[in-house]
Amino acid sequence: MSRVVLAIDTSTSVSVAVSAGADWAMGWSDDPRGHTESVAPLMRDQLASAGVSAADVTDVVVGNGPGPFTGLRVGIVSGLVFAHARGIPVHGMCSLDVLAQQALEHVREGEFLVATDARRKEVYWARYRVDPDRPEQDRAVRLTDPAVVRPADLPEEVRSLPTAGRGPVLYPELFPEPLAVLDVSAGVLTGLALQRLDAGVDLPVEPLYLRRPDALTTAERATP
Amino acid sequence: MSTATRIAASRSTDQPLVLGLETSCDETGVGIVRGETLLVDAIASSVDEHARFGGVVPEVASRAHLEAMVPTIERATREAGVRLSDLDAIAVTSGPGLAGALMVGVAAAKSLAVALGVPLYGVNHLASHVAVDIVEHGPLPEPTLAMLVSGGHSSLLLVPDVTDDIQSLGSTIDDAAGEAFDKVARVLGLPFPGGPHIDRMAREGDRVAIDFPRGLTTGRDMERYRFDFSFSGLKTSVARWVQAREAAGEPVPVADVAASFQEAVTDVLTRKAVLACKEHGVMNLQIGGGVAANSRLRAMAQERCDAAGITLRVPRPGLCTDNGAMVASLGAQMVIKGRAPSDLALPADSSMPVTLVQA
Ligand SMILES: Nc1ncnc2c1ncn2[C@@H]1O[C@H](COP(=O)(O)OP(=O)(O)O)[C@@H](O)[C@H]1O
Ligand SMILES: [Mg+2]
Repeated sequence: MSRVVLAIDTSTSVSVAVSAGADWAMGWSDDPRGHTESVAPLMRDQLASAGVSAADVTDVVVGNGPGPFTGLRVGIVSGLVFAHARGIPVHGMCSLDVLAQQALEHVREGEFLVATDARRKEVYWARYRVDPDRPEQDRAVRLTDPAVVRPADLPEEVRSLPTAGRGPVLYPELFPEPLAVLDVSAGVLTGLALQRLDAGVDLPVEPLYLRRPDALTTAERATP
Repeated sequence: MSTATRIAASRSTDQPLVLGLETSCDETGVGIVRGETLLVDAIASSVDEHARFGGVVPEVASRAHLEAMVPTIERATREAGVRLSDLDAIAVTSGPGLAGALMVGVAAAKSLAVALGVPLYGVNHLASHVAVDIVEHGPLPEPTLAMLVSGGHSSLLLVPDVTDDIQSLGSTIDDAAGEAFDKVARVLGLPFPGGPHIDRMAREGDRVAIDFPRGLTTGRDMERYRFDFSFSGLKTSVARWVQAREAAGEPVPVADVAASFQEAVTDVLTRKAVLACKEHGVMNLQIGGGVAANSRLRAMAQERCDAAGITLRVPRPGLCTDNGAMVASLGAQMVIKGRAPSDLALPADSSMPVTLVQA
């Protein structure tokens, strides 16, 4: 029996895909304030376009981020709740890995970066290497843990690697080798998740915040 | 820390089965009602996580909502003995409240609606505080006068119809009543949230020991701000009084300060609520919101309503603080009265006006 997958990523823009074998549909919205508004209508519309009902879905996949917290949570909670309501499994995937896989259209070999907007003059980033021996859907190997950094604090030899994501759009002088991949595609997320699930990899849902909440405890306030 | 209450399940099946989600502040609330009967009120609170910050931290609350959402929904359906597929509608607080916190609940509610193919109602948090009493004390008299007093709000509302007609008579012009309790508690060295601690301390104290000011109750203020409240001057005056004592090297009589402060707040609240009832010819007063748990407020409101021939309704304390049952209760009224559902593109509205019952 083939899987019917609902995939949602809200770490960059909002992207929702439904794939049912040969039938698939993908929609997106880039209204930066509109994550809460757009996710559910996109879910409803992609289900309809793919010609399936909510009850046909067998798996949900969400992007774990990293990404701006408020929008990120909207996608993750939508996926968790949908899966719970339908009694089906839900899987999570590092959103930077999805962008890395998307970048393979433009990088054939060697190392590259993914750097996305973390606001506050910082980027979320990770370093990757193309591994031509791996399956086509999962060919970007992550070399570093996802992290948040001021781009200027990255060593120059790192920054000057080809870079996917909006980092180079925001900081063109610091990331001189942009790749034409900006936002996460829920379609690529689906392919990557299916590949890893078939390989027996466990894909827990876990928001990648990478920053503590901004607040001082009363004890911290007392001892500056 | 979490609690869940199970109330006897309703047998009737012709009444709508509605699940309500509440995430406007620091409680993740999931309630289920059948018509006017409460089946379950499941809550997960992040209040303990905020205590070490001395107040609610929005990002901490939002993270906690995401973690608690599915487990709390799961617990609610299990304890109510219903399946999600039995639901007739989903209701959710779409505002007012903390933006990031609201968004978790609104997104969750929409996803439930899509997954189950049922209508969605985005409703006003304050209207829900009024509607919760339907599952506690039966249909609301129309009109009702409602006084909502919580950590975020202090309002007097005229409610001809809780599903689509709520008029604001007045509200706080600075701090909310609960906020005043919390700030004064901090001055007195009591833990957050301070309301329950002040309530407890005040029982040992003398309520007429100190004559703290009653904001907006005299002269021109009673014309201009007839049904409005102000608690920030009161808070400052308590702080000054305590500081003066400390500066003089004298001990602070915490119980007397708590009792006198509490007396000032409840005096103003009940005086204006009863006056509003009289002037609008409404014989029913309902009090809701976290501060409605206050024992002195309940007692004084009862005395003053009895004296004025007004019927007082106050839900039990667990239904006064934020919860999912209140949202489910309002949602069920929407279904019963045949109101059209909200659009799936419904936004979270952190400053949703009280006069807008449904988004
Ligand atoms: N017994 C009490 N006396 C006075 N205030 C109380 C009492 N119990 C709770 N509170 C106050 O109620 C507020 C919380 O109520 P809630 O309705 O959950 O409000 P909100 O979500 O708007 O903060 C807090 O400010 C708390 O101090
Ligand atoms: Mg409240």
